[in-house]
This record gives sequence, structure tokens and C-alpha cells, in this order.
Amino acid sequence: MGFFFEVLIGGLLSGVMYSFVALGFVLIYKASGVFNFAQGAMVFAAALTFVGFQELGVPFWLALLLAFAVMVVLGILTERIVLRPLVNQPPITLFMATIGLTYVIEGLAQGVWGANVRGLELGIQDEPIQWLLEATDIGVSKFDLFGAGVAALLVTLLALFFQYTRIGRALRAVADDHQAALSIGIPLQNIWRIVWAVAGFVALVAGLIWGARNGVQFALTFTALKALPVLILGGFTSIPGAIVGGLIIGSTEKLAEVYLGGYVGGGIDSWFPYVMALAFLLIRPEGLFGEKHIDRV
Amino acid sequence: MFYREAGQFKTSYAADQQIFPITQDRVGVLLILAFAFLAVPVLFNEYWLKAILIPFLIFSLAALGLNILTGYAGQLSLGSAAFMAVGAFASYNFMLRIDGMPILVAFALGGLSAALVGIAFGLPSLRIKGFYLAVATLAAQFFIVWALTKFEWFSNYSSSGVITAQEIEILGYRFVSPEAKYLLVLAIVVLLALAAKNMVRSSVGRAWMAVRDMDVAAEVIGIRIMHTKLLAFAVSSFYCGVAGALYAFAYIGTVEPEGFNLDLSFKILFMIIIGGVGSIVGAFLGAAFIVLLPIALDVMVQEWLSGFLSPSISSNLQLIVFGGLIIFFLIVEPHGLARLWQIAKEKLRLWPFPH
Repeated sequence: MGFFFEVLIGGLLSGVMYSFVALGFVLIYKASGVFNFAQGAMVFAAALTFVGFQELGVPFWLALLLAFAVMVVLGILTERIVLRPLVNQPPITLFMATIGLTYVIEGLAQGVWGANVRGLELGIQDEPIQWLLEATDIGVSKFDLFGAGVAALLVTLLALFFQYTRIGRALRAVADDHQAALSIGIPLQNIWRIVWAVAGFVALVAGLIWGARNGVQFALTFTALKALPVLILGGFTSIPGAIVGGLIIGSTEKLAEVYLGGYVGGGIDSWFPYVMALAFLLIRPEGLFGEKHIDRV
Repeated sequence: MFYREAGQFKTSYAADQQIFPITQDRVGVLLILAFAFLAVPVLFNEYWLKAILIPFLIFSLAALGLNILTGYAGQLSLGSAAFMAVGAFASYNFMLRIDGMPILVAFALGGLSAALVGIAFGLPSLRIKGFYLAVATLAAQFFIVWALTKFEWFSNYSSSGVITAQEIEILGYRFVSPEAKYLLVLAIVVLLALAAKNMVRSSVGRAWMAVRDMDVAAEVIGIRIMHTKLLAFAVSSFYCGVAGALYAFAYIGTVEPEGFNLDLSFKILFMIIIGGVGSIVGAFLGAAFIVLLPIALDVMVQEWLSGFLSPSISSNLQLIVFGGLIIFFLIVEPHGLARLWQIAKEKLRLWPFPH
């Protein structure tokens, strides 16, 4: 039983990491209706920029600020160069544009900082918590717990930001109805810039956590793919959905790998989240917290 | 002046229903076909046939398949490469396990296997739509590649799932030279493209388009949604499957499941977006663009910049230019190259006169 809980908790905590990436998707999708495939590349670029500055001898906090600044500039440029000319295009065109953007960001990041794998040190060891291991025989990684804490903090901050600030209200208005928001004088382009900047910040946090875990390398861009089933499970437009979806995906993925993987030869975590999300969608086609879609002819 | 239908009267229903109702179009298509069949194998050297024209035709076929599903039936799919993989591995196994299997039948069976798998993964489309469906098709992409790698039976127990496609032999003639392979691929692609063109003009195609434009309305006027959507998945996967079989047998020769990864799926999606969603010509134009672009970039970088840049920077530069061009194209012409072609035709009706 102890083993089961260990796997479960490990899965839940790694699910939180998926939620980080999914959060960035949700923010942008909510505010602009763009399915931003480049989120994974942004995670990679943010982590690489941070590590790159650190290697130049920039202290931790300054590097963090600089990386954030780079992500903001990236977001503003994306809005100006890619999204603004594509206003009113069908969603698939915007989606394709973000795939193009993915190539550009990956190329830029690797072109500037080089493509070799880097380590990232946050000062927290990836080792089980000793007293918990002794007391209950369940190993819970300190690092994972730290990641979960950061996630909780981030979501709280975002929720407060959305709920209580002027910009947050404008963001919610835009998410609800572009046209109505425009008609009462909310500057849509500013809002989009802000959303992309916030998504850039979320990408930076995700990049730091993932980078510290697995090293900063090109494979980070694939974490975006892991976030997609989280996204459809939680619904494209729901921040709590991203978190809950991440927890469900993370835990079932690990449990399935441990308890089912043996029967079919292992490695099933590459597709299991997708199939599970798919099965789930058959019951609730708009995800857990997605808005129910009503068709009118 | 030269390209207009003035004076061409349709006096029978058959004439009205032709694929190319305008004489100039008919002559043009026949000329292109004659050029492709007779002149190309003579004019182009081995490199062009092997590295550019054969992949161009194969990708056109795959893009055609995806265009049927995404462009005509409106179901966004990110799993086309996986269906190509099914086609390739199924054809290989049919050739391997059944003695005296004719290769063309193996291709068709490969396509049919892909169609069956396509129907299975198309089932969720009855419930879910849009990007939810797109993400769901990723399940097909990852599951199929995993299954082909994991279950060694598919690759006849070779290490890491690599298969080497058998030689193509039809009625005792062995297709070894690039010219022969090119002609075979061309013949199959032309046949299937004609079939697709006819399909989208028929009631089937109209049902697809009705479902694409608004599925609730389509259902109300009596189109069977399930039948229509699953047919679109089946036909699309069949095309992708045949394309995959040709990819293995006539182009690469030795393939592994990992070769049919998500990148390839995206490439095919790029082809139809850049070529034009919902257009048969568009699939060919888009495939030409996507096949030629990296080669052109490669050549340009090596010609002009090889002295200044290290290889890693130039490969990143190519990535940036490729992504940038895609964004540029989407901004300048969101309806793709097929739309440009249409505009050109409109202009051509008057040319060289101003009115």
C-alpha cells in the first residue's frame, strides 16, 4: 500500500508540472482564442535564456528578471508581428501560425544560446523527505513538493490578479466577448500583449522547474505535448481545469505505467494520457470545466 | 483572351458534369500529364527524381488525404503521419507474409488497413469537435508509433522496428531505376487524385462540405453525420496509408516507426494550409512548396553563407526562416497558394486586355 501511495503522490506532483505548461495555454486561449502551440517552445526559450544569462555571470534574481523581460518582449513582438495581421482568421490559421512561431522561437533560442544541454540549479535537492520516509515509508521528493508549492503560489497570484485588478477585469471581459469588450473601450491589443507577457512568465516558471528537473535541453519543447491531454481533460478555458487535469493525468499516467505497463511491455506513458483524455472526452466533450457549447442553426 | 469559356456551349448533361468543363483546362491538364509522364523522366537527372520529385508526389498524396479530412470534411487531424506508418507497415507485412502477393494489391491493402485504423480513431469525432478533436488525433499519432515499435511482429522482429521494404515488381518487371519508380508513383498519384477530385464533386463531397460548414444544419437536412464523418476518416486514412506505403517502398526503402513522427504530421498539415485548405490543386502546390523550401534554404545557405556560419547556426537559421516563411504566408495569403492560382486564372481571362 505504501508503494501505491508513493506512486500516486509522485504522479500527482509530476502532474503539477504538466499543469504549469497547460496554464500558459489556457491563459492565451481564454483571452484571444488562439491555440498557442508555441507554449512549449516558450518554456524552452525562457529556461535557456535564464541559464544563458547565469552562465554570463549574472546573479540569480537579475537573470530571472532579464529572462522575464525577454519573454515580455517576445510576447509583444508576437502580438505585433504574428497575431495582429491575422485578426479574424479562422482558428486553424492562427494555430498554424503558432506552429511556425514554434520553429522561429526554437531556432532563435538555440541560435543565440547554443544547443548543448545545460544543468539548472535552484538549490533544492531532488531527494525524498527524510522524516516522512522514516515515519510512513513513503518517499516524496523535496523538489516535487517545491514545484507543487510554486504552482499553488502561481495559481493564487493569477487568481488574485484576474479577480481584483483593473487589468484582470479587462482580461476577463476580453475572454468573455471580444466585441463587447472592444465596444466599451478596452484596448484589445494591450490586453493581448499583457496576456502573452503573463504566459511568458508562466513559461519561465515552468522552464525553471522543468529545467532544474531534466536539464535545459531541446526535449523541454516536448513537455508542451504532455500538457495537451491535460488541457483537453480540464477544458481549454479553465485555470482550475488545468490544475485538476494535470493532477489526474500525472497520477493515472504513473499508476498505469507501474501497474499496467508491465503487461504490454512498458513505455505506455507516451500515449496513455492521450487515450485517457480521449476516453474522458467521449463522456464530457468539453472537458471537465470547459464551457458547454450550444449549437444553433 | 485565351483563357475564357466564350463559345463553349454545353449541350448535354455529360458535358455539364465534366471534371474540367473548360477546354483550356482540359488541354492544360493533359499537357501537364504528358509532360510529367513523358518529358520529366528524360529531362531530369537521378537526383531530382529521387530526392525531389518522388517525395513531392508522395507528400502530395498524403496532403490530398489530409485535405479530404480537414479541408472538405472539416475535421482537424494531427495524426496523418501515423496513418502513413500504418500503410507502410501493413503493406510490408502483406508482402512478407503472403507468398506471391502482387505489390499493387499490397499497397491497396495497406491503404485499407490504414482506413480501418482511421475509422477507429475517427469515432471520437462524433462527439468532439475542433481543437479537442485535434488533440485527440494526437492519441492516434503516439499510440500507433508506440505500437509499431513495441510489438515486434509488425517489423518482423528486426531490432528497433526498422523495416526494409521489398523490391517493387509488377508482372515480372522490377522497378529499380528512379525513372521507373517515379512513373509508378506518378501513375498511382494521378489515379487517386482524379478519384479524389471526382469524390469531392459528388454527393459524398457535398455531404462532407455540409458537415464542415455546420454539422447541426447538415444533420437537420438529412445527412447522416456518423456515416459522413467516418467515411471522411476512412478515405483520408486510405490516401495517407497508400502514401506511407509508397514512402517506404518507392522513396526511403528502409523505414522505422519513429520516422513517421509528429513532425511529419505537421509537415503535411503545413502543406494543406500553405497550398490551400479544401482544394485538390492546393495539396500539390503545398507539397511542392514544403518539399522544395528546405532544399532551397539548404542550397542558399551553403552557397552564400557557408564561409561565415558554423553548421549549427545555419541549421537554426533554417529553422527560423522556415517558421518565418510559414507565418509570412499565412499573413499574406491565408487561403493558400490555391487562391493565388485562382486569382491568376481570373486575371488570365482578360489578359492581355484591360477590360
